[in-house]
Amino acid sequence: MSTEADLAEPARQPTAEPGTTFDVTPDDEQKMLIDAVRDFALRACRPAALSADDACSTPAALLATAAELGLTAIGIPEAHGGVLEHRATVTGVLIAEALAEGDMGIALACLAPGGVATALGLWGDAEQQAGYLPAFAGDSPPAAAIALAEPRVLFDPSALATTARRTGAGDFVLDGVKALVPRGAEAELLLVAASVEGTPSLFLVETRSAGTGLSVESDPAMGVRAAATARITFDSLKLPAGALVGDSDPQVYAETVALGRLAWCALAVGTGQAVLDYVAAYVNQRTAFGEPISNRQSVAFMVADIAIELEALRLVSYRAAGLAETGRDFIREAALARALAAQHAMQIGSDGVQLLGGHGYTKEHPVERWYRDLRAAGMLEGALIL
Amino acid sequence: MINLEPPAKLDALTYQANMAALHILRPISRKYDSAEHAYPVELDALAELVNQANAQQAGLNTNDDPEPASAEPSGDGNINGRNLASLIGLVEMCWGDVGLMLTMPRQGLGQAAIRAVATPEQMSRFGGKWAAMAITEPEAGSDSAAIRTTAVLDGDDYVLNGEKIFVTSGDRAELIVVWATLDRAAGRGAIKSFVVERDNAGLRLDRLEHKLGIRASDTANFVLENCRVPKENLLGSPEITTAREGFAGVMQTFDNTRPMVAGMAVGVARAALERTRELLEQAGAEIDYVRPPALQSAAVAEFIRLEADWEASRLLALKAAWMSDNHVPNTVAASIAKAKAGRVATDITLRCVALCGTVGFGEDELLEKWARDAKILDIFEGTQQIQQLVIARQLLGKPSSELR
Repeated sequence: MSTEADLAEPARQPTAEPGTTFDVTPDDEQKMLIDAVRDFALRACRPAALSADDACSTPAALLATAAELGLTAIGIPEAHGGVLEHRATVTGVLIAEALAEGDMGIALACLAPGGVATALGLWGDAEQQAGYLPAFAGDSPPAAAIALAEPRVLFDPSALATTARRTGAGDFVLDGVKALVPRGAEAELLLVAASVEGTPSLFLVETRSAGTGLSVESDPAMGVRAAATARITFDSLKLPAGALVGDSDPQVYAETVALGRLAWCALAVGTGQAVLDYVAAYVNQRTAFGEPISNRQSVAFMVADIAIELEALRLVSYRAAGLAETGRDFIREAALARALAAQHAMQIGSDGVQLLGGHGYTKEHPVERWYRDLRAAGMLEGALIL
Repeated sequence: MINLEPPAKLDALTYQANMAALHILRPISRKYDSAEHAYPVELDALAELVNQANAQQAGLNTNDDPEPASAEPSGDGNINGRNLASLIGLVEMCWGDVGLMLTMPRQGLGQAAIRAVATPEQMSRFGGKWAAMAITEPEAGSDSAAIRTTAVLDGDDYVLNGEKIFVTSGDRAELIVVWATLDRAAGRGAIKSFVVERDNAGLRLDRLEHKLGIRASDTANFVLENCRVPKENLLGSPEITTAREGFAGVMQTFDNTRPMVAGMAVGVARAALERTRELLEQAGAEIDYVRPPALQSAAVAEFIRLEADWEASRLLALKAAWMSDNHVPNTVAASIAKAKAGRVATDITLRCVALCGTVGFGEDELLEKWARDAKILDIFEGTQQIQQLVIARQLLGKPSSELR
């Protein structure tokens, strides 16, 4: 990596070439990747999901397999060991979707480090890239996450309470609290959103050397518990000038927020698909009044509505991702995907439990977990980007 | 590769359709909403333009050009052809006016049914003509297999008897495609479609409906009294199939037409959203896609939610039409597009009226008209509930005998 370290200019994945025809078919490379990820999600993550949710922790073996699949490296430029020659936001969405079909919390735990790597690929300077990206491209990427959301009602990502005060020497002093940071307790590297004189900005924080300026406590929530969410407090934490990522560029921050929203939508699509497949089988098998409950329109139409809204969210998410990877404006489209997720993904979670009745309310079935996880979609900010 | 942007080759078509909608349809929108049943003579010139454009490239419901040049697959075999082009044209035209679009001369859905199964000989007689569809009866709406109109072979003619309602463009069309049964005891397999010339003496116009919306488009009720048509006017095979296959073939028309109706809904809903945005902004509201909607005004938050549903219905319609172009089975996708677009167009246009208050409700704006027009799109070509049935039956593997 020494040659890259000498580069004055950062390496960037070029934007993808826009397609010339309307097409909803993943390319062959994406198909192979999705097949592998979905296989991992359904065979390994789904069976582990109940206990991971209960333990608020994702087993190390699953994290290792996700890393082996290369899921954290899709946003790393080739010069730093990445494997994709251009931005691949759609591929990122497909991966998150496939993984969340297994479990949203585990998917979040697996993908969070890749979010930091993608941010460094997009906006890191040469020194930041050389310092961190090779590790993310390696076999055992470090635990890392984006710390953006704050524990406040009416949180506005554009009006952060966390501040980075510039000192006379050009360094920064970080103060504030971040909520629901995936794998926050074990994260070695955080990308923290903080306001610099009112401008939202991004900072790299190495947790190992933070000392007393950083404290972590467990922050378990309603859902995505397998992601071991943590609350992180910064108390006069000194950061070097080189910790600033993206030079407080408002566009960088706006894209960070939008790519995070997109990530949550992709996760919701995967979990929504899990709900659809599960309830479709259940309502056919469950009988009441002498016949399968799927013979009733009130039941069958609920399943149809899940299918409708799921496909809706999927396509809007794909479109936003397609605009992002080709370097076009996607802020509005990501916001629309998020608005759909907030309304319809949550409803899918609710209907999933409803269709199983009292059984759905118990831990004998995964729908109660999906109910909790799907409430995150369209609501949480940050944590990871694609 | 996944790319949900319409191809650049359709930009010109989109622009032309939008210009026609803006300069020809919009100025007469209110006029023909008020003057229900008056024939919109302004459309004759537009229809001529559209047909000329169709002769050169894939266009709006191309009638006489079975394989437009744009149906050539791209390098990876992906086709953006007639269905996608038609959909995109329809969106623009219905952004102009749904009712006027529905009564565009020679653009009726009946041609879709003819084109789907007509022989070359039939195409030479019927292709390019203005064709309406007559399916619904007083006692057979969504359950179209229950139709009672009969067709009896008598010499070289079929003799049709029955009653048909809700025939869009029924008064103005040159041809009526009539669904009738060869044998009421034989079920779906005996239902066939017959082309009846509008001036057939056995086809009596009973009345024209007065409607909530799409008032520019005539909706005719007919009585068929010993209506004789040459037996060569039967579309498809005259065989009565015992299985559901024959009827399934008829139903396949919906796979192509339902995405188009979804496109109509997308068009009218966009009109309402665009105008509402203008009015909201004039009133001082700013729509910000970065700030969480909950932190903005309730009106803005609602607008963003409506816009999200609109974007979803637009992409679902594009996908369903794209599947038709690529011969991918799309029954479920077509119903998903129709269901989502139908319900959100109604929701969007009604809520846009409310967002604009008395201005939205009054006749100085077209918002109230769009809200009336939109409702039919959640009803014809299969109601919301029929789409849900289609989707659920497929997803759950249920025959209609179990999931009724």
